[in-house]
Amino acid sequence: MTSIGRSAAIRVESLCLNLDTGEPVVEDVSFDVAPGEILGVVGESGSGKTTVALALLGYMRPGVNLRRGSIQIAGQEIVGRDARSLRSLRGKVISYVPQDPGGALNPSMRVGDAILDVLRAHRSGAVSDDSVHAALTRVELGRDPAFGHRYPHQLSGGQQQRVTIAIATVCEPPVAVLDEPTTGLDVLTQNRILLELRRLRDEEQIAMVYVTHDLAVVAGIADRILVMYAGRALEHGPTDEVIEHPRHPYTQALVAAVPDARHPQALHGIAGVSVGVGEWPAGCSFAPRCRHEVARCHESVPLLVDAGPDHLVRCIRWEHLTLTERPTGGPRTSVAAVAGAPLLEVSGIDARYRSGHTEQPAVRDVSFAIDAGKCVALVGESGSGKSTIGRCIAGLHVPSAGRILFDGEQLSGAASSRSLEQRRRIQIIFQNPFESLNPRHRVRSSIERPLRVLRRLSRDDAEREVGELLERVRLPNRLRDRFPSELSGGERQRVAIARALAAQPDLLICDEVTSALDVSVQAAVLELLQQLARDLQLSMLLITHNLGVVACIADAVLVMDQGSLCETGSVDEVLSTPKHDYTRRLLQAAPSLRDRSQLEA
Amino acid sequence: MTHRLRFLRTTSGAAGCVIVLFVLLVAVLGPYVAPHASTQPIGAPFSGPSGGAPLGTDFLGRDVLSRLLFGGRSVIGLAAAATALAYLVGLTIGLVAGYSRTIADPLLMRTVDVMLAFPPLLFLLVLIAGAGSSVGVLVLGVAIIQAPSISRIVRTATLEVAVRGYVEAAVARGERAAAVISREVLPNILAPVLVDAGLRFTYSILIIASVNFLGLGLQPPDSDWARMIGENRAYISLNSLAVVAPAAMIAILTIGVNLTGDAIARSLGRSYVPRTIRSVST
Repeated sequence: MTSIGRSAAIRVESLCLNLDTGEPVVEDVSFDVAPGEILGVVGESGSGKTTVALALLGYMRPGVNLRRGSIQIAGQEIVGRDARSLRSLRGKVISYVPQDPGGALNPSMRVGDAILDVLRAHRSGAVSDDSVHAALTRVELGRDPAFGHRYPHQLSGGQQQRVTIAIATVCEPPVAVLDEPTTGLDVLTQNRILLELRRLRDEEQIAMVYVTHDLAVVAGIADRILVMYAGRALEHGPTDEVIEHPRHPYTQALVAAVPDARHPQALHGIAGVSVGVGEWPAGCSFAPRCRHEVARCHESVPLLVDAGPDHLVRCIRWEHLTLTERPTGGPRTSVAAVAGAPLLEVSGIDARYRSGHTEQPAVRDVSFAIDAGKCVALVGESGSGKSTIGRCIAGLHVPSAGRILFDGEQLSGAASSRSLEQRRRIQIIFQNPFESLNPRHRVRSSIERPLRVLRRLSRDDAEREVGELLERVRLPNRLRDRFPSELSGGERQRVAIARALAAQPDLLICDEVTSALDVSVQAAVLELLQQLARDLQLSMLLITHNLGVVACIADAVLVMDQGSLCETGSVDEVLSTPKHDYTRRLLQAAPSLRDRSQLEA
Repeated sequence: MTHRLRFLRTTSGAAGCVIVLFVLLVAVLGPYVAPHASTQPIGAPFSGPSGGAPLGTDFLGRDVLSRLLFGGRSVIGLAAAATALAYLVGLTIGLVAGYSRTIADPLLMRTVDVMLAFPPLLFLLVLIAGAGSSVGVLVLGVAIIQAPSISRIVRTATLEVAVRGYVEAAVARGERAAAVISREVLPNILAPVLVDAGLRFTYSILIIASVNFLGLGLQPPDSDWARMIGENRAYISLNSLAVVAPAAMIAILTIGVNLTGDAIARSLGRSYVPRTIRSVST
């Protein structure tokens, strides 16, 4: 399905956006989207993809200005309109589905009223509850007639996102802009939302722009893909073409960074950090990170040229590069199992959480073991209790029953009552890199702390070792005196890894360490973890919801559902022949670049 | 050091600091430069401004300027001492309650709730009536009034910080609670605490001034800004400067302290909290 020969629902021509200070944010972006077509806009943080998406609504974040270009939505020019006429278009002609539905819905407004609000703004005359019900039915929330009376906090994350979609589609606009609508939702919910969007596209012929950092998510539903980097479109073409035959090295790198649950492959992150606004190089903006760069790349910005029917690429060397083959090599190379007792043995642990006056069970009768040098993945949806298990092993949560044996010795419940040696040998890395480093401590002092406390090094020795650790996690030494707020998400997570490694642990607990990161950064962090595990003979407990990640780096997998393990086994076994229904559903829902058509209910 | 003083570069921070420094200088150096003794009459009561007495004289014929220069120490000193004592108690209670997650939390907080139920000024007056009026009783009384609400603010801020990854990492390292609190928690609750400290200090000044104004605090003949207002207020039409001048000093001190506290908190907030909460999409 292409936009050629059809009247476009969205037509963007040479859109250029600037900061107040004159630095370009978006440079010369053009695309068309036909009715009933989904355009996936893909890029890393800072690529300008959200800025473009918001510009479609005639909205620019404070400090951003339009320099030139034209945006036509359903035949109407957006550029140059005043606030009032833009407001009359929003919701009626073009609507927006935000990333974080919990933050986007007014917590003091019933969801039915939120839908009525949009209707009242755009429809003259009385609006009835029937249209609210119809809007909720459209997103499959219509079964309960009283659903509209609920407040956002009474809904699950998936239901909240459906409500925002219902709000966005209630006036039947021809165009919708979706900004990472499934980020933060677990795979099963994500799958349902994607199906919903595909149905809306097919049945209502809505033209959609879907913004995301994860190529695999849009691969299943987008008709065309626009790859953005540093404010420019680097590649633009039909989904199959872009994914099967990427012409730009950046696109190829993005494809290689996506972990795939059904086709495990060695992951390759993209070296370096994506360029920020105001640091754009003179030539091709991706050249500093490109594996194929030559001197000519740095001379001038390449033009967007035809690389096939309906396929544009911004690379001077595209004709000379063969990017289609995927990186080969075994996905996993694990250390041979050491004979004897496992390093960690968890048997029959129960854990509860206190909420108000009642205690909620979070984990019920969970037992497993981790052999030395092995990477065991713990998989499940949010709320399945997988993080609680990690916290129990790290001594942050005291289990109410069961025992944990580490190297043959029983571990006390709380970290403070364990021996120094036990505390040193077990380290945990947390999910959110923006919260895992103390914002008031420099990188150096964050890493020094475990050296001093757990290994009792002198100040001088500790300082020397900080340099080695930074090198180990591939961070430049100049970052040692920075504060966390001056680092990117990927850099922070590397510092957190360095902090854990400082203790010279035997067991590393990684609690969703990559879920807040871009896919390309995720691949780089996983690559690093995998290499460290091999070099340092680390055992790992990898807690994640992403089966692709599991397939690429774990040896064994534990699948968790509602507080108990429902399936365990080696990765090959579980992922190729899942026995439990829940595992099958998880696997089915995992987004994949290769099996794009597999998106099924 | 420079990044700690960055707040001075903001207008409100610089203005606040200048004001506070000015009032402090007046209070500290005032007695040394005062033209007259603060307790000796120099002329007729309520004479207007003149060469010998630029702000005129008060109801006993004492020099208003000299009394103004002598009268700052008591207000500022008492308020500072009371605020510091209140923070010592309130911060400890708040940190322990917020961090411990044991029975200590509800116990401390319910006690605090009971304390908050007493009307502050009435409590202080009853205390003075019982224990007599002295510097110690004043400081202790004001501290007891302030500590409960400080502990509530500190507890709330602590609860939020205590679940962050860096705190948990420290707990998993087995560090002692005192080390975790002082290294990981305290630096991250400074922003709200500093704003609050400014407000507390001004509130302490106002309570002490109120008690002094009522004549139940510091006793004559020592000079004190609040007492000056109280002594001369009935005769405001005869020499208004005797009331307005000390009132103005208290007012600008209050403003200065608040401006400074705000500026410091804002400078902390901006550099230590990520500017925008960056998530996967920017």
